[in-house]
Amino acid sequence: MAAPDYALGFDGLTMEFPGVRALDSVSFGVRAGSVHALMGENGAGKSTLLKILSGAYAPTAGCVRLGGQPKVFASTAEAIAAGVAVIYQELHLVPEMTVAENLLLGRYPRRGAFLDRAALRAEAERLLQLVGEDIDPATRLGRLPLAQRQMVEIAKALGRGARLVAFDEPTSSLSEKETRRLFAIIRDLRDRGHAILYVTHRMDEVFELCDAATVLRDGRHVVTHDALAGVTRDALVKSMVGRELTNVFNHRPRAHVPGGLAVRGLAGPGLRAPVSFDVARGEIIGFFGLVGAGRTELMRLLCGAVPPSGGEVRVHGAVIAGGSPRTAIRAGLVFCPEDRKKEGIIPVRSVAENINLSARRSRLRAGFFLQNDWERDNAAAQIARLGVRTASPATPIRLLSGGNQQKAILARWLSEQVRVVVLDEPTRGIDIGAKSEIYALIQELAAAGASIVIVSSELPEVLGIADRILVMREGVVAAEFSRATATPEAVLHAALPLTVAPA
Amino acid sequence: MSSKPLPALSAFARVWDSAGMLLVLAVLFLGCSLGVDNFLTATNLRGLALAVSTIGMVACTMMFCLAAGDFDLSVGSVVAFAGVLGATVMNSTGSVAAGFAAALASGALIGFVNGVFVARLGINALITTLASMQIVRGLGFIASDGRAVGIRTDALFALGNSAWLGVPVPVWLTVGCFALFGVLLNQTIFGRNTLAIGGNKEAAHLAGLPVTRIKIVIFTLQGLVAAFAGLVLAARMTSGQPNTSQGFELEVISACVLGGVSLSGGVARLGAVVAGVLIMGIVQNAMNLLNIPPFYQYVARGCILLAAVMLDRFKQRT
Repeated sequence: MAAPDYALGFDGLTMEFPGVRALDSVSFGVRAGSVHALMGENGAGKSTLLKILSGAYAPTAGCVRLGGQPKVFASTAEAIAAGVAVIYQELHLVPEMTVAENLLLGRYPRRGAFLDRAALRAEAERLLQLVGEDIDPATRLGRLPLAQRQMVEIAKALGRGARLVAFDEPTSSLSEKETRRLFAIIRDLRDRGHAILYVTHRMDEVFELCDAATVLRDGRHVVTHDALAGVTRDALVKSMVGRELTNVFNHRPRAHVPGGLAVRGLAGPGLRAPVSFDVARGEIIGFFGLVGAGRTELMRLLCGAVPPSGGEVRVHGAVIAGGSPRTAIRAGLVFCPEDRKKEGIIPVRSVAENINLSARRSRLRAGFFLQNDWERDNAAAQIARLGVRTASPATPIRLLSGGNQQKAILARWLSEQVRVVVLDEPTRGIDIGAKSEIYALIQELAAAGASIVIVSSELPEVLGIADRILVMREGVVAAEFSRATATPEAVLHAALPLTVAPA
Repeated sequence: MSSKPLPALSAFARVWDSAGMLLVLAVLFLGCSLGVDNFLTATNLRGLALAVSTIGMVACTMMFCLAAGDFDLSVGSVVAFAGVLGATVMNSTGSVAAGFAAALASGALIGFVNGVFVARLGINALITTLASMQIVRGLGFIASDGRAVGIRTDALFALGNSAWLGVPVPVWLTVGCFALFGVLLNQTIFGRNTLAIGGNKEAAHLAGLPVTRIKIVIFTLQGLVAAFAGLVLAARMTSGQPNTSQGFELEVISACVLGGVSLSGGVARLGAVVAGVLIMGIVQNAMNLLNIPPFYQYVARGCILLAAVMLDRFKQRT
């Protein structure tokens, strides 16, 4: 479908991971001399698309077209050589090296066997002029503010002959003034005939900066507006969320008994204002927000993984002495972290070990020796109860699929007397079958009187499972919806940044 | 979202994982029995067992240290220092108990300090224990003025040089350590928590395990056991020698790695560590019997260590 006059085209791009189709035959094109917005909810497939473009992933099917020619990059080096640059939020620069060394990393000018310092400096100065930055190339990169580092990254890309530059939410940590500078550079690149792909959540930026826009949803292409005249913000939001809510959630009304979890004035890193909320016994509360809105930070404060700088957390009326997961767990507040592999499982240990890890402390002989009967029976019972698919309880947990690893972590906490269950992205990267089993389990826990806090970046998931929804935006709780008032449009509106980057 | 295809453990890998080192040990023992003169004699085997007794004791706690994802280079120095300190205190007080108490307490203190630096202050274990290795070695020389301290107490002499059922007492003590730490590793919450911390420290912390406390206890035990091994060694030599056991820490770590303890933590089996200790000892013993010059023995030991590390890599990939 990508016509030859597109500088950059995506043609039937498909990317499959085990159990997940991250991109499903996506096709659209970006013209030379234009800024093209790429939009979509978290998990819509934007990051995957950028990774294919940068050569980090090889697509399962389809290809990228440059000037009409089909390309499949086998490595990031090939993509760079073909004139593609992707500027991520996490910049790929070396803080300990100078600006000049960073700009020309991997292609230093030489005289014989020696580094040609004069040529290095001259070339660095030329590249910095391209982005209009007045920086001494001999400055150590780490001393520059983030905005200038971004400019260095752009200059580095131009120095490598990039004709296509993709930005991944470049303004998320820039001030108003820095954003203006960045926009000026991007417009300048556009006017010089570069094709720009611009990933963003900010509606205002789309209308201010971009000439065209494409929306992805669930890995599929929804719409491409080749011109933005006549396109409204509401229309874009609608195309981002407009998806049917399936009935996998099986939501049932439950009795809500007050006095479950009470959070008062909780403050700490990642939050711009103290947070207070209550969750009744038997209630499921959902936290929605964009990536980086502060939800994970809040959950880590709640469970004691990060010591809070203020406020208190009460479980069934009793204050938890903050600052350690140990005290939280003993009070009955348990936490399933977002990054399952890094923070949840002990990969080399067995499934049974991973399940019994925490609860065994109250099942010891003489307070010290393992009760082998309990160890075996509990692991077997939890594996059966949650339907963890494993060859044996002694199998190392790293050999299980993501969904079964997640179930094993839930099993770890169901071995305890839980009062509050905090789940950060519990279904990320999990196939739909395991998802619905986890939803059923959450309902069951709530029905048994637990208070559930669930963080999700998937709007249908939050809407489907939560009794009440809190929306976070840029480090604050921005809105609250009851199940009745929560429409996809309203919740997403509340989560999107209102203005161009606040200063 | 991204994940590689699940690797399946092959049957070979599983057998190798659980019994590989015992197999190597059996083959080595058989080979030496047949091929090396005087290997399979009561005198030689007793000497062999005595020679590995010190390494065996310290390997028990080093196993915990490695299983928790750390290591300890100071053990050789603690062995020497404990011997010197124990001998000095015994000579001046005339009490074996006082000498033991002083040496064990200072060993535990050194381990505790190591643990605090590594676990509470987050200093790299290599740097911390490299420093304490040198400090404690220096303290040993200072305490003895650089000379061996002869022990004049008969009770201690008996500990090092008597036998029960034909087996020397130090070997019994090593067997006791193996039994004690085997139970600790396999049958107690302490052992399981150690493996969990080594397997994934962050996950262990979030699962409510007292990571810092457990690590400090491990280092303290390590110091305590190294000091005990130092006292037994001093009893065998009837003197505390400040320059003994240089490079000992590396032999202990080699034996553990040979025994399948993963350097990245989370994996340890006592049976395999015993096998690792014995393999090291048998190789050394056979080389002595074959009159291989000591210079070549260094090369051989280095090669064995390299082979052990390669094995560790190989196992991580399966």
